[in-house]
Amino acid sequence: MSAPVSAVRHTGEFFAFCLDTLRGLGRRPVQVREFVQQAWFISSVSILPAALVSIPFGAVIALQLGSLVRQLGAQSFTGAASVLAVVREAGPIVTALIIAGAGGSAICADLGARKIREELDAMQVLGIDPIHRLVVPRVLASMLVAVLLNGLVSVVGVTGGYAFNVVLQGGTPGAYLASFQALGQLPDLLVGEVKALLFGAAAALVASHQGMTAKGGPKGVGDAVNRSVVITFMLLFALNFVVTAVYFQVVPQKGS
Amino acid sequence: MGVEVAVRGLTKSFGGHPVWSDLTLTLPAGEISVLLGPSGTGKSVFLKTLVGLLRPDRGSVVIEGRDLPKLSERELYEVRKLFGVLFQDGALFGSMTIYDNVAFPLREHTRRSESEIRAVVTEKLEMVGLVGAEHKLPGEISGGMRKRAGLARALVLDPQIILFDEPDSGLDPVRTAYLNQLIVDLNQRTGATFLIVTHDINTARTVPDNIGLIYHGHLAMFGPREMLLSSTEPVVRQFLNAQRIGPIGMAEEKDAEELAAEAQAGVELPPLPPIPLQLPPSDGRPRRAERPPGQWCRENGVTPPPGSFEGRWAPEPSEVVR
Ligand SMILES: Nc1ncnc2c1ncn2[C@@H]1O[C@H](COP(=O)(O)OP(=O)(O)O)[C@@H](O)[C@H]1O
Ligand SMILES: [Mg+2]
Repeated sequence: MSAPVSAVRHTGEFFAFCLDTLRGLGRRPVQVREFVQQAWFISSVSILPAALVSIPFGAVIALQLGSLVRQLGAQSFTGAASVLAVVREAGPIVTALIIAGAGGSAICADLGARKIREELDAMQVLGIDPIHRLVVPRVLASMLVAVLLNGLVSVVGVTGGYAFNVVLQGGTPGAYLASFQALGQLPDLLVGEVKALLFGAAAALVASHQGMTAKGGPKGVGDAVNRSVVITFMLLFALNFVVTAVYFQVVPQKGS
Repeated sequence: MGVEVAVRGLTKSFGGHPVWSDLTLTLPAGEISVLLGPSGTGKSVFLKTLVGLLRPDRGSVVIEGRDLPKLSERELYEVRKLFGVLFQDGALFGSMTIYDNVAFPLREHTRRSESEIRAVVTEKLEMVGLVGAEHKLPGEISGGMRKRAGLARALVLDPQIILFDEPDSGLDPVRTAYLNQLIVDLNQRTGATFLIVTHDINTARTVPDNIGLIYHGHLAMFGPREMLLSSTEPVVRQFLNAQRIGPIGMAEEKDAEELAAEAQAGVELPPLPPIPLQLPPSDGRPRRAERPPGQWCRENGVTPPPGSFEGRWAPEPSEVVR
């Protein structure tokens, strides 16, 4: 089969899979145990790397903006610029990277291993739908953790940026906060969380789909994990662009 | 009490490559059937198609008047409750103990209390000889134990149709003998319909009531055990007697030249070995589906190979007297 045809088919299969998951969302009984376990598991693999990544990320943004803003002669807006950059963009992106790289790859490897050990077949024969039983709780857990992680990354990133600006670049705390007051607004935080929610869902869906369609022994699982991470990254950056574009269209910006 | 499975014109392909086509056979209710075939001929694919895990391109699988390939996902999950499947490596859930694995279907599908569940699980674990290993994880026990645990789990909802995917692969001959005995005893006790996929010749010769052979994408033959064991059809004869001479080569099939060369060289086909007695249940009482040895041969005017049906299973008359 030619590459474009198979790409279209895989995309179609993925959307069918997403629909199945959506339908599984409404089915009883809700898999609370699995959800809690997965949420715990995903947070345990992602919190530390997220925190560690967001400190330098916040610092880099503060550094970049610090010099750019000085060149433009708008030092008083350093605070606003770096907080908004972290909350609107850097937070969700770091969250996406971590969720896809740490959470998604673990989900994919787990489901892939179950697939090749025929556990998923066995489950279906025992009358249990793996989508309802395994995928739905993972998607929900990943969404929850992404939202929490996004909050964490934003806090750590903003704190890091603030410390960097105030302590190392000699900015004034008052100006930093005041400028944020002038340009920032609640929807900035909300859009960050909405992005995180979407990224969490997308990462878990791609990872689950790749894992559940893994084939060809242990190597197949490795390939699936690899594909899942690459696809998720591409998908998340595309999603990020779309959401950002829509946000600027829909939500009027302060001071413009 | 066992359900008939009627397969008609079943065809399956992956990405344009047919695995097998036009399979037609009926698994008689309550009988043990064996499906044989060289590796990679799609025996596992056949089992998965039977339980609706894979959709065939064409054909029907009729169970209790329902045609599986035509059912919706939801209806399929209902019909699957008739099935117990033992997958190749047991397919246990790796994160659960053996006990939880066996209890899983009960917890999911019944409202029984934990003490009732304990009784059923313990009974099934005793049946497969796994008492004492309940609290181990699947990764901590041997392959043979995993298979038996998988069997216990498959049995826990009292299935009407039990499918085995290579129950004997990776087991030593002694364990294989135990497992075969267990299969025969289970059939006697439950009266369910059994299908065993294997390439173990000894299992195929002694355990089932019926044998089928998939070869080269087709069902070469399916019928009563004695019919296949006395058959002189080249493929059936070669496979069931594990001979080198015949149409099956190292890589799937020999080509015409090789066969012609074989024929020219006048290679004598070795005589058919005697048909062994069928493995009886261990308590000595007959199974419902059991037929007297040699009955099929007599009814169909086939002379079984010399020495057939003289075996060690039945006690010698002298022993009975004693
Ligand atoms: N899900 C699948 N997708 C594509 N090809 C498959 C799939 N499952 C099995 N096959 C192919 O079907 C053939 C038969 O496989 P299988 O049923 O496992 O053989 P057997 O169990 O008889 O050894 C193999 O060539 C295998 O590669
Ligand atoms: Mg197989």
